[in-house]
Amino acid sequence: MALLALTNVTKVYQVGAVAVHALRGIDLMVEKNEYVSIMGPSGSGKSTLMNVIGCLDTPTSGTYILDGKTVHDDNIGQNGNGKLSEDELAFIRNQKIGFVFQTFNLLPRITALHNVELPLIYAGIHKKERIEMAKEALRKVNLEDRMHHQPNELSGGQRQRVAIARALVNNPSILLADEPTGNLDSVTSREIMKLMDKLHDEGNTIILVTHETEIAQHAHRIVHLLDGKIDRDETTPKGNS
Amino acid sequence: MNLHEVFISSINSIRQNKLRSFLTLLGVIIGVFSIISVMTAINVLQKSVESNLNILGTNTFYIQKYPAIQVGGSAHWKYRNRKNLTYDDYLKLKERYSGPAMISAENWHNGDPIKFKDKQTKNSVIIQGVTPEWEFSSGYFLESGRMISRTDMEQMRNVIILGQDVIDVLMPQYNPLGQTVTLRGVKFQVIGTLERKGSIFGQSEDNLVILPLTTHLKMFANRWTSLGYSISVIDMEHFEDVKEEIIFHLRLVREVPLTEENDFEVVSNTSLIDTFNQITGAIKVAALLISSIALLAAGIGIMNIMLVSVTERTREIGIRKSIGARKRDIRNQFLLEALVLTEIGALIGIILGVLAGNLVALSMKVSGVFPIQWAIIGVVVCSVIGVIFGTYPAVKAARLDPIEALRYE
Repeated sequence: MALLALTNVTKVYQVGAVAVHALRGIDLMVEKNEYVSIMGPSGSGKSTLMNVIGCLDTPTSGTYILDGKTVHDDNIGQNGNGKLSEDELAFIRNQKIGFVFQTFNLLPRITALHNVELPLIYAGIHKKERIEMAKEALRKVNLEDRMHHQPNELSGGQRQRVAIARALVNNPSILLADEPTGNLDSVTSREIMKLMDKLHDEGNTIILVTHETEIAQHAHRIVHLLDGKIDRDETTPKGNS
Repeated sequence: MNLHEVFISSINSIRQNKLRSFLTLLGVIIGVFSIISVMTAINVLQKSVESNLNILGTNTFYIQKYPAIQVGGSAHWKYRNRKNLTYDDYLKLKERYSGPAMISAENWHNGDPIKFKDKQTKNSVIIQGVTPEWEFSSGYFLESGRMISRTDMEQMRNVIILGQDVIDVLMPQYNPLGQTVTLRGVKFQVIGTLERKGSIFGQSEDNLVILPLTTHLKMFANRWTSLGYSISVIDMEHFEDVKEEIIFHLRLVREVPLTEENDFEVVSNTSLIDTFNQITGAIKVAALLISSIALLAAGIGIMNIMLVSVTERTREIGIRKSIGARKRDIRNQFLLEALVLTEIGALIGIILGVLAGNLVALSMKVSGVFPIQWAIIGVVVCSVIGVIFGTYPAVKAARLDPIEALRYE
């Protein structure tokens, strides 16, 4: 069974009197340890799809199953848990999803270590264990020596690596990266993508949202979105090897 | 997310905005300070009243023309139009009453200095004429010599007993007994000295001289002179009975019609303390009112600052939600921040208030107090205010949509 299965997912926003169809029936399966890029011009529904996959938002209709857990299913009513509550979605975000954002989104004025600890705090893990896990995650991204620095004392690349450590710390089902190199120079971008590749090799499932072809080529599969629908779903040269 | 984590994070965010937090706290501090300082001061006064205000001795009550403490001025004429309490009334009362009590009469004034050789006292010295029974009702004790005697009274002798302050001024290096002092040009022989009594409310109790009442009246009485009778009950168990009986006899002596109320005031320790409590009660209500208003304003200030904080930290809220914070995690975080803020304010207010209130104790040379019940009330009220005014911003923060919050610049 697929790790992530979207079936005929739509999303409609009501903007004033106008209904905006951001997603118009998406069918997407992602297997465990896949490395997928989602590409598309702005307005194609990339961000919406990412929000839905990341459980920050729920579909208007369709079915979404993540790691065996039904996140959304029209055919099951409210009581059958076809639609999760906000707190249940928060729990899934905490347990199954690791976000990496374009703007890093670290909390300022607290250390890198504490930033990485945050998801574990919300997971209710005890301090001692938590710190060990956070250190381990920082070790994976080679930032152990910077763990007591605050974000403003770190370079952009280092900040993004802290964010990646935070995303990894809970051993999530998928790593969801939204333009992870968008705010970085080309050298640092390459560094970060190397790290992503390494994480994939270690068995993580990665979904990468980007509009840069070069970045997207790191993945083994590229899903092209256009006007809220999947336009093309292709395997990259890396995926063939 | 457990409470400890939330607490640490709220302390951090308060520290990150020191000036703003302090300004917000100021309202709470003022509110708590005003109530705690007033209550501490009143507690100090009360304590000293209860331990020191045995002006009359616990077994003594006092009868006089005017009330001891007048609350409000409208009734003044009622008291002024009363007949004076005279020496004659006193003698008649004594003749009629033969129960287990000592009745003494006294009259006092100040404004006349006592002279001895080249020295003289200030005008403030109290010159008091008393009957021999004064010995038992006054609370003063002889240090040397003798008290006023019946013969002194009958012959209106010019004899005098000196308080310690007067001795200090006039004749510190002499043995006062047998010396002659001058009062309004009349020579008086010193027959006794009083033991030192100390001071109440910072006012010395030893700045007085004692004469026979008859001598005092002969020299100083005028048409406004009204005596005070002090009645010392021998057996405390009969205190109320004796009081009733004396009132009954005095009404007869003064020919008060049955339907009229007493034309004199009966003052006892309990009635003094009652009056005192009446006054402090009014002060307490005023302090309570002021601090309620201050705390209300402080609460609104806290709500305002928390709303600003929620807006400022919209992105933080989004980040926290994206990594798994539930609604209640966010709500608790902001609620606890408001609570910690008010509690810090309460704590500072209590400390400052207790210090200020105890300055009164220091100035009156009595031991300090800590009004524990008011401190608890302060903390509880501040908690309630923190919750009331912190809930709306906290709920607002918890309700933010994670996607929009993440997008917030």
